[in-house]
Amino acid sequence: MNTDEHEAGHRPINGWYELFSRGSRDWLRHSEKVREAVREHLPQIVAEADIINDGARTVRIPVRMLEHYRFRLQSRGNAQGVGQGKAKPGDVLGQAEAPAGPGQKGAGGTERGGIELMLEFKVDDLIDWLWEDLQLPNLQTRIGATEDSDWKREGWDRRGARSRLDRRRSLREAVKRRAHGASPAGFTDEDLRFRQLTRRRQPATRAVVFFLLDVSGSMTERDRHLAKTFFFWVVAGLRREYRYLETVFVAHTTEAWEFNEADFFKVAGSGGTVTSAGLAKVREIAEARFNPASCNIYLFYASDGDNAVDDRDPAHAELETLGKLARYAGYLEIAPNSHRSSPTEVARLFDQMAAGGGASGRFPVSGPDDIAAAVRHFFSAEAQAAAAAAPAGGTP
Amino acid sequence: MRQTWRSYVPRLEELAHTLGLNWSPVIFEAVPDSFMSEIAIYGLPVRMPHWSFGARYIYQLVQRHMGYSRLFEVVFPGNPGHAYLASSNGLADNILVTAHVLGHADFSNNNMLFRRCQEQVSEHIVEHAASHARQIERDIEAHGTGAVEQVLDAALSLEQYVDVDQALRRERYAEYLPAKVPPIDDAFRARYASLDAGAAAALQPRRIRAPVPPHPERDLLWFIANYAPELESWERDIFLAVREESFYFYPVFATQIMNEGWASYWHARLLREADFIPQAAYLDAIKCHSDVVRPIAAGEQVALSVNPYHLGFTLWESVVEHSGIDVARRIMCEDDDFSFVRNHLTREVAADMGLFRFQSQDNGQIKVIAEDIDALRESLVGGKYNFGAPRVAAAEVRADGTLVLVHDHQIDGSGLDSERARMVLQYVQRVWRRPVLLKTVDESSRPLELAAAVSA
Repeated sequence: MNTDEHEAGHRPINGWYELFSRGSRDWLRHSEKVREAVREHLPQIVAEADIINDGARTVRIPVRMLEHYRFRLQSRGNAQGVGQGKAKPGDVLGQAEAPAGPGQKGAGGTERGGIELMLEFKVDDLIDWLWEDLQLPNLQTRIGATEDSDWKREGWDRRGARSRLDRRRSLREAVKRRAHGASPAGFTDEDLRFRQLTRRRQPATRAVVFFLLDVSGSMTERDRHLAKTFFFWVVAGLRREYRYLETVFVAHTTEAWEFNEADFFKVAGSGGTVTSAGLAKVREIAEARFNPASCNIYLFYASDGDNAVDDRDPAHAELETLGKLARYAGYLEIAPNSHRSSPTEVARLFDQMAAGGGASGRFPVSGPDDIAAAVRHFFSAEAQAAAAAAPAGGTP
Repeated sequence: MRQTWRSYVPRLEELAHTLGLNWSPVIFEAVPDSFMSEIAIYGLPVRMPHWSFGARYIYQLVQRHMGYSRLFEVVFPGNPGHAYLASSNGLADNILVTAHVLGHADFSNNNMLFRRCQEQVSEHIVEHAASHARQIERDIEAHGTGAVEQVLDAALSLEQYVDVDQALRRERYAEYLPAKVPPIDDAFRARYASLDAGAAAALQPRRIRAPVPPHPERDLLWFIANYAPELESWERDIFLAVREESFYFYPVFATQIMNEGWASYWHARLLREADFIPQAAYLDAIKCHSDVVRPIAAGEQVALSVNPYHLGFTLWESVVEHSGIDVARRIMCEDDDFSFVRNHLTREVAADMGLFRFQSQDNGQIKVIAEDIDALRESLVGGKYNFGAPRVAAAEVRADGTLVLVHDHQIDGSGLDSERARMVLQYVQRVWRRPVLLKTVDESSRPLELAAAVSA
């Protein structure tokens, strides 16, 4: 089928169109827009992406091709058309596939049924999008705490390590010198400029975040998964945001245990619920390992809200003590039916804490779609404003 | 061996001249298949960037991999015209395609609709479109992709809303209503005027501002370009660029059946009369011809669509057979698809071709319905009215700047798809920068007023 034009060898490039595809360029833009659209639907993706279990760094999400909308008539059920072939009035020609009439495909027909694309997203990107503008509430610089030292660029010198040669600056020096007509040489050693680094001491913002999870019998598999998904996105986001962040993972039933991160996300349990046991464990660890004077302490607790009735007072006491240590205490209530008439035991605990001036908040989630909203609730600027309005105890 | 098909071009041209075809010179160029498919998607060799073309591009790539259509040539009218041939065409294909291109060139040079639009747009649409594309690239640099895209989203989605019966460079509406014709000066009026000078002055007609638009305006691209309250001048230029390209596309769209039929008629005839083509190439070319004008896919009994090449070709054969080539040429000059199909698709031709009307039933079955030549003709051209788009016109600009669009649901026979319409309104509202409303009807023909979709 090749024509002579197509012979290999000395054929010159016929035109720019052999080097550049406009279709691909506009396709890239289309994909970019798809990504933007996906970003707007982040909550669903956060809910659907099963990142805890497979630990993948990317998520594949099915998306539809975008439609450039035009005015169209309502699709009528009984579309008419013209066909050709051996058929006589009354014949039945099978099922309709494309009910559109012959003219519907005119200029710019946009019906492209059923092409679905799989787009791959980096989990890191999703975290970036979710955590845009989010930060730890009520984070404070601790006076007298360890200061971080950091290398910062500052100024230039004529001497330095080769790797810090500032080419642009050196070139500028050379141009300046030549403009003076001092020496016509391209470059001299005198032109070279090197970036200098100095040590900067910065005030510390150390923080530790406690993740406390109720794994008692009343928490179903699904409830635990919801809680863990929430924790996953919080941990991932905080790690991205803060360099010096410690995390402690505690699970409790009637007793409480500390876990490492990997095991925590797999933990399951059974038995009754004694919230004070979990809170006590958190307090013990906080007191033993972290000095509230030098460290911002945070607590995030996830539970279905049930607690043993006789634990009401002990839990209240524990939470009050913790409130003095912590900058903020958040409670994620896994509430399958969020239309409960009265607050649960645990919700009441946190309400009491807030009423007593403790920086705290709670947020109910009933399904995976609420996870992103929960993250935003606890870490958005508004939450911080609320927390700031109720100054936490523990400031030295 | 190089350029073999090119050596046939002058000879085919000479033959075409002797057979009465006349056209502006055509530049032939062989281009890679990838470029061919891009031309088909963009409609022009170089055209403004927009993501919707990218979506069509991928859609077509997928289709091509599934073994759908292959493009042999694309031709652009003009002086000179440009013909792009797929470089994967064989020798026979290219001989056929060259003859076919000459038929198109003759058509676009003589058909009145083409001529009229070309007089407006100039004979250099290929170059104009390229310069629009360059200008839009510069706009992207100056204002950012998002801002330019917002304008193109609106302009391209209203691509079909032009009025080719008006000039391309059209004056704004008169600002004032025409002054009332003063009553005839008769004796009574003269006497009345002499009674009181003040009363006579009060009779002086006051100028009254004309409403905008003075009548429902169907050229939405022009209307928005000229009357949008806060349109930047570069945005206006984009609207006018899209509009100019639509003026070019309109005759291509409105004469597709005639034009493809005419080109097919002439490639068949030129090949038949060209004694200089080697026998083998001729046979290959004729086989290729019969593939192109084939009514029904190989192995099928019926098709639920009509191949415009086949329809046009058959109609021209019948016209030439019954009335001679001179009458056919006159029809070619004067008609468009609407009149061509109505006047020349006779009951006999329709029966010979095996055309039938079908209707899909409530249960999803497709049923062949009774013969009716008028209804058949209307079905064939029905989708082509108004550039193939629902009739939507600008009816009113309210005091607060709200633009009211009206859909003529009575002529269109149903209301608009409201979800899509709301999205289009959203595009338009972003450039109109005031609320935009649309009046249409719902499924039960009750009046429906749509507002722009709220951005997510």
